[in-house]
Amino acid sequence: MPISAFLTDPSVCIGCKACEVACKEWNQIPDDGFEWYGQSYDNTHALGASTWRHVLFLEQKQPMGSQLAGTDEPFRWQFLSDVCKHCANAGCLEACPTGAIVRTEIGSVYVQPDVCNGCGYCIVSCPFGVIDRRSTEGLAFKCTFCYDRQAAGLMPACAKACPTQSIQFGEINDLRQRAKTRVEQLQQRGYEDAQVYDPQQTSVGGIHAFFVILGKPEEYNFPPAPQVPTIHLKTAWTYALASAAALLLVVCGAFFL
Amino acid sequence: MPGLGTSFGRGGATTAPSDLLNSDAILIMGSNMAENHPVGFQWVVEARERGTQVIHVDPRFSRTSAMANIWAPLRSGSDILFLGGLIHYVLENGKDFREYVIHYTNASFILPEDFKDTEDLGGVFSGWDAKNKKYDASSWLYEGCAEGGKAVARHNAPHSGHCKYGAGTAADLIDCKRDLTLDHPRCVYQVLKRHFARYTPELVERFCGVSQERFLKIADTFCSASGPEKTGAICYALGWTQQSKGPQIIRAAAILQLLLGNMGRPGGGILALRGHASIQGSTDIPTLYDILPGYLPMPNLGLDSQSLADYVAKHRDKTGWWWNFDKYIVSLLKAYYGEAGSRENEWGFNWLPRVIGDHSHQGYFLEMLDGKIEGLFVMGQNPAVAGPNSRVERKALAKLKWLVVRDLVELETASFWQDSPEVERGELKPEEIGTEVFLLPAAGHAEKDGCFTNTQRLLQWHQKAVDPPGDARSETWFMYHLGRRLKEKAKQDPRPRNAGLNALTWDYSLEGKLQEPSVEEILQEINGYTVADRRLVSGFGELKADGSTACGCWIYSGVFPRPDENRANQRCSRDLLGHGWGFAWPADRRILYNRASARPDGRPWSERKKLVWWDENKKEWTGLDVPDFTRTKAPDYQPPNNACGDDALAGDKPFILHPDGTGWIWAPKGLADGPLPTHYESLESPVCNPLYPGQQSNPAALKEERSENQYASSPDERFPYVMSTYRLTEHHTSGAMSRMLPHLAELQPEFFCEISPELAAERGVENGGWVTIMTPRGIVEARALVTPRMWPLLINGKMVHQIGVPYHWGYRGLVKGDSANDLVAISEEPNVRIMEAKGILCNLSPGRRAQGKAALDELNFFLGGS
Repeated sequence: MPISAFLTDPSVCIGCKACEVACKEWNQIPDDGFEWYGQSYDNTHALGASTWRHVLFLEQKQPMGSQLAGTDEPFRWQFLSDVCKHCANAGCLEACPTGAIVRTEIGSVYVQPDVCNGCGYCIVSCPFGVIDRRSTEGLAFKCTFCYDRQAAGLMPACAKACPTQSIQFGEINDLRQRAKTRVEQLQQRGYEDAQVYDPQQTSVGGIHAFFVILGKPEEYNFPPAPQVPTIHLKTAWTYALASAAALLLVVCGAFFL
Repeated sequence: MPGLGTSFGRGGATTAPSDLLNSDAILIMGSNMAENHPVGFQWVVEARERGTQVIHVDPRFSRTSAMANIWAPLRSGSDILFLGGLIHYVLENGKDFREYVIHYTNASFILPEDFKDTEDLGGVFSGWDAKNKKYDASSWLYEGCAEGGKAVARHNAPHSGHCKYGAGTAADLIDCKRDLTLDHPRCVYQVLKRHFARYTPELVERFCGVSQERFLKIADTFCSASGPEKTGAICYALGWTQQSKGPQIIRAAAILQLLLGNMGRPGGGILALRGHASIQGSTDIPTLYDILPGYLPMPNLGLDSQSLADYVAKHRDKTGWWWNFDKYIVSLLKAYYGEAGSRENEWGFNWLPRVIGDHSHQGYFLEMLDGKIEGLFVMGQNPAVAGPNSRVERKALAKLKWLVVRDLVELETASFWQDSPEVERGELKPEEIGTEVFLLPAAGHAEKDGCFTNTQRLLQWHQKAVDPPGDARSETWFMYHLGRRLKEKAKQDPRPRNAGLNALTWDYSLEGKLQEPSVEEILQEINGYTVADRRLVSGFGELKADGSTACGCWIYSGVFPRPDENRANQRCSRDLLGHGWGFAWPADRRILYNRASARPDGRPWSERKKLVWWDENKKEWTGLDVPDFTRTKAPDYQPPNNACGDDALAGDKPFILHPDGTGWIWAPKGLADGPLPTHYESLESPVCNPLYPGQQSNPAALKEERSENQYASSPDERFPYVMSTYRLTEHHTSGAMSRMLPHLAELQPEFFCEISPELAAERGVENGGWVTIMTPRGIVEARALVTPRMWPLLINGKMVHQIGVPYHWGYRGLVKGDSANDLVAISEEPNVRIMEAKGILCNLSPGRRAQGKAALDELNFFLGGS
């Protein structure tokens, strides 16, 4: 099967949150609490076990291309629908001791709830802070990439519900090309800080849900250089072995002294 | 929708959202389209991507503003100043589309000498009767028309705004004096120029709060996107209509679009964005008291005569499409009364109820408060938190003997007697309330067949997916079986008062185990049929005034032309305008008045903007839309003397509903508050009217002042801030359909208000903290969302702060909060009786309000203590 991907383009996102609601409806996810945060119109706060699409609302004192917005100083209001990145090298998958997290034939990273034992290793291993444990079940949950819908030939619920095609779904190479074209188009229109967020050069090795963003990744809570924690394994084990050897030497030495 | 109705002839959006793709500029004003019409807004986003300039003018920087190319802040209630400024800009700089204006509008018509403008009379037009607070509109008719015997426009009915799309009573307006050079000092064009002479960019800056630079940029952008090669569209919604001068704001937009030649053309027009799935449908087949289906006026006791002949004479225009008025009313009566209606009893005309006063929402709730109403059915509405001055509405409900609420859940209106703030505050005691409440479960939209008419006049059929649960039933089921039982009772009691009910046809087939009436049969009745053989008619052209046809709503005629062809159920769209998908009234025309998309000689204005044109070979109108014109009437057709109806209109008159066939820059009849829009301040305002110091607000608007419905003065130092209520994407109106659903409730879980950092600093409010908002009507508490999306505006040298207050909360549901509608006054715009919910005055202070009865003490102390 072809490897599928999301391209999320905030320059046409109207912040309607239809993606959040469609995701919850289709996947039968419970509410995430009724807390008002006072952070623009964002009241789901972050991705988590019960929020698999999350629309970020950014009020920034910066211009948006040639838009005439602010009165005295520039202003822009951006919306970005965040989601699990389905990393090429997924930290959660590599950390999972039970094999509950698997790579599917469409390239997505899938948590099997009937295998998950709720250990939580995946949570600390995700470089994007996506996956989390739901307190009611005690198990880890995150975006399934609507595996069930894709298997039936349907597009994921969020992309289907998006009224402005801010969330696009398709084959990964097609979408990477579309993202590149879109960035060029935006730059020509005066959005000089437009770029694709798709960290292919780090140990994550690229993501299957990439974004066209304006400005730095940090402004969207994206790590500029995300790493899979397992890359630290070699050095960690080396140090551990070295320490053990040194300790052994010291212990043995103690007998001879 | 008399704003659009008087201007163009029909009270409906003139185009479709998908047509915005053809626009070169889109002006969105009085609307937060991205948030309240997100699906339709996809066309705006796509148009912007293709290079269309999107302009948003609004007090708040909303999700719509975020997507616009240009945003300008505006002081709530100053819309006519802004639009008047644009009209002034067009006229002063010669930007009008002159050939269009001369041929297709009434700019060249001469006005009588006895007409006096607001500029002459200090804020009122001639004909103002200060004692009765009403206009005598006879001086607004064109010169040469006023003395035509019956040709006197009558505005004596205070509640006729919706009828005939606001076109008013009949008048002969065809053989009037015109000056095609537009130089005559009393021609509409020159009067218009003088009327808007003071609406300069300087005035706009001083009183709207829009900088001259930004204003001129908008004016230039919008005007440059008009002409033979280009078109611009205007979108509006409740930001305009919920004002004490709403229809006049829409009139100002209509004048601008007529001057720029944007009507009836692809990418042009005025898109009235309707706030519910079928709110256009609920004016077409009305839930309003002053009209019958198809915008036929409801007869008034005493005003309308007691015979059908006189009623027809009053409302039938000799020229233009309303010459057919008699066919539509007789066919409607025939659908209502069937065989019981005959020529002898005037097809049952006298069985129709008569309007005896103000039965608008506002009007009947005040009567209810005074104990004059015994019972109330509430369906699809939640007045206990959604009505203006909700405190009054809840107290009014407690005066009823019985109340029937049909809804999906037990909402505030059904539970006011036990958990409303009035109970908590001791104003109402459950044991003393005599109202017997019947709560009946209603079926959801997926649980019934039926038809929506959406914002673009499009009828779309929907199929039932599942049976409703338990005792839940559709509205059709409820109304049909209620009617059936009432008729059974009436049959036993043949008093004259029951004659109408006994005569009423009520014979739909019942289907399934729930005995659901056939909705298809109802739509067939709406479509119309010949009485003799019950053959479905193909359109309103077949309707007759001799009782041989029946039709439930003439404008929908053609939706069901054959028993196997329900055109509302078509699902195969062929083009951008959506032909082949659903059925747009009238006659599946997607862009209204599309004759104007061609030159007077019938050729398109330009290749780029062609839509409908005259085919010289076939001798008929053809094109990309169904022509909104008699198909075979040639462009050079000149009516013979004494012609009637459509035959009396020449071949270059696109606005066929109007008796003169033109678009009305000047409204000679149909409006209760003036032939031209003029700036009045809101009923409460922080500034004095800069144009007319002696006429602060719309003189014809009703304030309904009483102890429960008080107003701040203008200005009022107790209430220095300007607030408006509005909706968010995440909730639906009063929240009854969204606060009960976890997936929606969590997205906006608390009642909040939006304030600027400057106001927060001035009042010591922190983001996320509590604030108390007060008006002379009520007191509420909300969380403060301090945001740079709210800007204070410098108005006439004084800083004016504006506050945004969404109104989705109430005292039930997964998420609760005070109702913003407790703050709004019950007021009535003179044409459509709507309240003013935009641009009212309030006070804001940090901290929560007092709880329980102490909240009232706090409000009363504040009102009385200063």
